[in-house]
Amino acid sequence: MSRDTALVSAEWAEKNLDAPGVVFVEVDEDTSAYDTGHIAGAIKLDWKTDLQDPVRRDFVNKGQFEALLSERGISNDDTVILYGGNNNWFAAYAYWYFKLYGHRDVKLLDGGRKKWELDARPLVKDVVTRPRTQYVAQQPDTSIRAFRDEVVAAIGTKNLVDVRSPDEYAGRLLAPAHLPQEQAQRAGHVPTAISVPWSKAANEDGTFKSDDELRKIYADAGLDDSRETIAYCRIGERSSHTWFVLQELLGHRSVKNYDGSWTEYGSLVGVPVALGDEPGEA
Amino acid sequence: MTAPTAAGCAAPDQAAPLPASLDLEKETVITGVVRSGEGEVVPGAYVRLLDATGEFTAEVVTSPAGQFRFFAAPGTWTLRALSRHGNGDTSVTAGRGINEVAVTVALA
Repeated sequence: MSRDTALVSAEWAEKNLDAPGVVFVEVDEDTSAYDTGHIAGAIKLDWKTDLQDPVRRDFVNKGQFEALLSERGISNDDTVILYGGNNNWFAAYAYWYFKLYGHRDVKLLDGGRKKWELDARPLVKDVVTRPRTQYVAQQPDTSIRAFRDEVVAAIGTKNLVDVRSPDEYAGRLLAPAHLPQEQAQRAGHVPTAISVPWSKAANEDGTFKSDDELRKIYADAGLDDSRETIAYCRIGERSSHTWFVLQELLGHRSVKNYDGSWTEYGSLVGVPVALGDEPGEA
Repeated sequence: MTAPTAAGCAAPDQAAPLPASLDLEKETVITGVVRSGEGEVVPGAYVRLLDATGEFTAEVVTSPAGQFRFFAAPGTWTLRALSRHGNGDTSVTAGRGINEVAVTVALA
């Protein structure tokens, strides 16, 4: 994968709003932004109600994903362009799902909603409906998804990348600073994880930094690209952003997103936790 | 996965009242309004909270009345606002409780 196949610019998107076989999809946790204005023709996916299992802590299974995409009118042959707020966090998460279920052609809109808004590009309120399809998903590709036991086993052996803010990594905050800090689980990070906040990979308008800048950021942080890598954050969406950078933009192989992330790891009984600004010992 | 309690990582409504469960003895709330150089409130601005080293910590979008709010920790922070009307920075030394900060944006 590379920037040319995984990313489109706002200019490209605006020229291809009506292109046949191209479907724009806005993904957010709070879809009220979509309702106040969205890219013309874009449908919406709600990270919580559409992409998470309503009962178990897991994301939608193959059958649920097929039913969702069929109902929203996305077909296997469509080029899916994902974008959203929060610097594309949830759009990157959805991108990872589409890859996990084997969608052939999916891309992120560079800069997401923020860049589009700051550029004063048009947003519309039209209700978008697409004809129903018969979407067929592949078996989940677990080569890009890490589970908790793999994370524990990776301590001191694989690259672990903590992409939360420095204060969350050190254990001084339990959640991003736009949210109340009342979560009950332990603070800190997985021992030996390096700290590379997701935001290092993005410019302030939400677009990704250049490949050269990105390579330098991870090399300087000590990421050994000959080893497998697991990225995590708090609930797995910011680490999807970093997974996207490493695997889809920079072409690293064997990068996994740990979607359980700190809300799972920080609540496990008996696992090691490191506090402070240093990675800590295995 | 389940939604983690009150919210995941999406930007919550910036105009909503503070939750009743919030303990202002413990929380450090940084809140305020973004205005243009002419004094008009700026809705839809992107406000970024940067830590004392300039590292990005969080970002929210202002409410229709230009309001923003962060739950941070005591210390020195920079608020950087981006908007179609230009950008602007303000720094604040915050303590526990509510810290009111004004941010003005202007075209460079």
